Amino acid sequence: MNRPGAQNSFDAIVIGGGLVGAAIAYGLQREGLATLLLDEGDIAFRASRGNFGLVWVQSKGLGAPHYQRWTRGSAEEWPKLAQELAAATGIDTGLHQPGGVHICLGEEEFEQRGDYMARLQREAGNLGLEYRMIRGAEARDMLPGLGPDVAGLSWTPYDGHASPLYLLRALHAGFTGAGGTYQPNARVAGAACAPHDFRIDAAGASFRAPRVVLAAGLGNADLAPRFGLSTPVRPQRGQILVTERTQTVLPMPTTTVRQTDEGSLMLGDSKEEVGFDLGQTPEAMKMIANRAVRSFPWIAGLNIVRAWSALRVMAPDGLPIYDQSRRYPGAFTANCHSGVTLAGTHANRLAPMIAAGELEPEMAPFSAERFDVRTAA
Amino acid sequence: MFAQRPEIRPATVEVLVAGQPVRVPEGATAAAAVLLAGLPAIRDTPVTGSPRLPYCMMGICFDCLAEIDGVANRQSCTVAVHPGMRIEPQRGARLAFREENAAHGA
Repeated sequence: MNRPGAQNSFDAIVIGGGLVGAAIAYGLQREGLATLLLDEGDIAFRASRGNFGLVWVQSKGLGAPHYQRWTRGSAEEWPKLAQELAAATGIDTGLHQPGGVHICLGEEEFEQRGDYMARLQREAGNLGLEYRMIRGAEARDMLPGLGPDVAGLSWTPYDGHASPLYLLRALHAGFTGAGGTYQPNARVAGAACAPHDFRIDAAGASFRAPRVVLAAGLGNADLAPRFGLSTPVRPQRGQILVTERTQTVLPMPTTTVRQTDEGSLMLGDSKEEVGFDLGQTPEAMKMIANRAVRSFPWIAGLNIVRAWSALRVMAPDGLPIYDQSRRYPGAFTANCHSGVTLAGTHANRLAPMIAAGELEPEMAPFSAERFDVRTAA
Repeated sequence: MFAQRPEIRPATVEVLVAGQPVRVPEGATAAAAVLLAGLPAIRDTPVTGSPRLPYCMMGICFDCLAEIDGVANRQSCTVAVHPGMRIEPQRGARLAFREENAAHGA
């Protein structure tokens, strides 16, 4: 039970116990801040439970070099985070970063991908972007049993994958193990805001802190205005198919097919604008299976044992949103659709900024003020 | 360890369990043939290599997984026998892909 008084005062309150909130809470607690993590419960949409599990760089940030840098930074931070979590919790997050490929079906896709990667490299500037467009025999040596429809691959050394569920579990265990306070079934019922002074009502109690971080995924859209923030996010549905376990066959992940440590092949993905509908459709499943089998014809011989859908948390331009409230300094928001990929920067770079009370200048392009065109003009 | 009931229908269907001929009644399951064959195990689990035999006989426990007529990971307790059926042990996780498949499929 929650007792009134000092027990309900914290240095920081994080709203949202998914991958984004848990990574930030873990980082804040590690920085020495007494942190409370409020988790809504199983009525929430729980995007983190449906994640595909890529730690992915090569498809991120065209036209947004700051996002490319942030994503690359997270891929760099990931090994440190994974080692630290394993040491602290004994949980292996299943991180592998052997590089990864995007499979191009047909010449047109291959040419478009080549243009895309070249533009991404130009935009990377001094950061640089190592990649290769790989054709035919060489591609077939890299991946077993590629189908005849595969024209080629784009490859970068930065890509990888991990287990979203073990990551989530490790972040929670690491957070509570470091002394953090986890409060489940704690949907926010009310909030009172003043600069560096927040009261959050949840789970039948009131909690106070000079910092609050909104990491409630799709829930942020409604929460943010109460804190003088804006997070105009919408749901975008993705479906995933999972095969029976097989002996390890894939040496690296691809954008839409990856093999887990346990041997399952995960097949993705769809991008559907259907509001808050968590249903699954034969059309999307057929599209996903078709693309997987054209990429790797031997997948057709495997049984599908599970399938699910989840809702991505999408901003209008598909990029993350990070902000501190101007009206109520100390209130931050964090939103993205890449909770696995960005766990490294969320725990190791964003959390220290929030602890210090200020987002660094490199974060300015992620502000939701970018959507406020009329005000800016 | 396992024997057919005395009133059983005549064992008229011959199948091969790990290459060994076994006769079972028409309509019997592949898992029944596995038990009658007296093998120590029909599969090894993928993670620990633990040996398993058919257990629940009703499609729930998956301990009876076998490679039946060349198809891996089949629940043998849900598959009816036919003459000449080949039931092979499932060793660990199934193979997803064999190099020679590529040549045949091309």
